[in-house]
Amino acid sequence: MAEPTTTYYMILAAVLFGIGATGLLVRRNPLIMFMCVELMLNAVNLTFVALSNRFGNIDGQTAVFFVMVVAAAEVVVGLGIVISILRRRPGATADDLAELKG
Amino acid sequence: MQMIVFVLASLMVLTGAVSVIVMKNPVHAALGLVLTLFGVAVHFVSLDAHFLAAVQVIVYAGAIVVLFLFVIMLLGVDKSEDLSIEPFPIQRPLAIVVGGGIIGLLVAAIVRARDTISEGTPLESGGDENIKALARNLYGDHVFAFELTSILLIVAVAGTVLMTRKSKKEVGK
Repeated sequence: MAEPTTTYYMILAAVLFGIGATGLLVRRNPLIMFMCVELMLNAVNLTFVALSNRFGNIDGQTAVFFVMVVAAAEVVVGLGIVISILRRRPGATADDLAELKG
Repeated sequence: MQMIVFVLASLMVLTGAVSVIVMKNPVHAALGLVLTLFGVAVHFVSLDAHFLAAVQVIVYAGAIVVLFLFVIMLLGVDKSEDLSIEPFPIQRPLAIVVGGGIIGLLVAAIVRARDTISEGTPLESGGDENIKALARNLYGDHVFAFELTSILLIVAVAGTVLMTRKSKKEVGK
């Protein structure tokens, strides 16, 4: 049986990125939208690791390390914002936040 | 053997990703996210990125998803969302067109470029070679960026604490 090549991994990552982008556009719950951003970041990580393996260059894996750190910081800040919004108005969706009034 | 692992892990990834965007209950979506993250970790192992696979499971599937579930439980937003309400009727088909377009364009570009990517010398993968190479790269070439991430994390944590803290006026009420 054939070995999976770098192209296979990159196509999988492209599909994962597309699913994440679609979810980000379709869903209105801010928590689910954050999860979709995580899906897209993971697709990029998969591309980085696949190409790092292909080129024989460890720099790609270092980039994934930094992406993970930034993703963790982003989730912390994002969920903090979600908490402080939902404390004022329970059950808010992305549409309810269109007007920037407190 | 590699191909079987690839197909199974890809099924995990895609099933989890689709369930994130179609599940009504946010808890189920978070569990779908765990499935996707584990699938990506399996891909990392088969691509000889052992350290990143471990970090993926610990940081993503452990810490980040637990943070999501924690917020879902804390805010009590775990009730199901009615997906049939649609304020902009055009948005959903348009989003599917945009998502399909992104996938189509990326796949076309990848397939066209598949022969032009040069093949480097493979990384050493036996034993703990991966983590040694990663450590040399991270603490050698990228040590300044590594130090900056510590500032980023401190700023993120301090900012979040400041933002979600109730002000003295609110506590007094």
